[in-house]
Amino acid sequence: MARLRSIWDFWYDFVVGDDWQIAVIVIAALAVTALVVHQAGANPWWLVPVCVVAALVWSLRRATTSTRP
Amino acid sequence: MNALPLILTVFVACAVEAIEALTIVLAAGLTREWRSTFQGMAVALVVLAVVVAVLGPLVTDLPLGVLRVVVGALLAIFGLQWLRKAVLRATGFKGLHDEAAAYQREVAAAREAGVSSRGMVNDWYAFTLSFKGVLLEGLEVVFIVLTFGANQKDVGAAVIGAAAAIVVVAVVGVAVRAPLAKVPENAMKFSVGIMLTSFGTFWGAEGAGVRWPGNDAALLVLVPVVAVVALGCVGWLRQVSAAQAQTRAQAGKVAA
Repeated sequence: MARLRSIWDFWYDFVVGDDWQIAVIVIAALAVTALVVHQAGANPWWLVPVCVVAALVWSLRRATTSTRP
Repeated sequence: MNALPLILTVFVACAVEAIEALTIVLAAGLTREWRSTFQGMAVALVVLAVVVAVLGPLVTDLPLGVLRVVVGALLAIFGLQWLRKAVLRATGFKGLHDEAAAYQREVAAAREAGVSSRGMVNDWYAFTLSFKGVLLEGLEVVFIVLTFGANQKDVGAAVIGAAAAIVVVAVVGVAVRAPLAKVPENAMKFSVGIMLTSFGTFWGAEGAGVRWPGNDAALLVLVPVVAVVALGCVGWLRQVSAAQAQTRAQAGKVAA
């Protein structure tokens, strides 16, 4: 059980890292983009870059308001 | 796309990982025993080769759309984490990764550990330290090589970039026989974070069905945009850091 836990912890840290909300934003942005492309026939090429940039800024803001240098 | 940006990106990303692995290998080899250290390194390289042999064909056989959306998401998440950490380190909100300090920590732990042999391995501690270090850093190299190589349908170019990085770091490491503390590791991680985030965004959106204006040329805009935002974040957080320091200093004066 401890070994499984450590394997899970390793892969979680490897892929997701310190801020899981970044992963959620990126996946949600891609899902919404795919939905808009395939259901509405639009081409929202700007959506993922905007969400990626927003995810970075938001994550940094949260990290620095809860951390002392 | 030209293979050169692919090779350079993989080279820099893999050099960072190789430097971290070198620190651990040197700590094990110089304080414990080289034979067991090399055995641990060799076994880790075999495991990594098996991972590449198993995952490589699986990844490259995926339909391009699925591959791009999955790999793009992973790269964007991975890149944003690197970028976040590099920005926090550049602005003092997180301690800089210090290879010299990391080396000293590993050396201290290696000196305290007892010696035990198992099978053909004389020093089990040196073996496992070296094995874990090379395997963990190597997995990141494998991830970068497979994702970049498969997406560009040019795993060979990605392997060239990774192999060149490992050879350069190994040669320099053997020459100086010390951790490469003077390498601007955070600046390298910052650059790699920008590249991984940009490529991940590009491939992920493309996999989701987006047609980029200008096709591949969109990357020439995307990379500078991500870089400008990241540099802007560094400037912004330096101001926040200075303001927080000033507030604490004033609070200290009032308390005194």
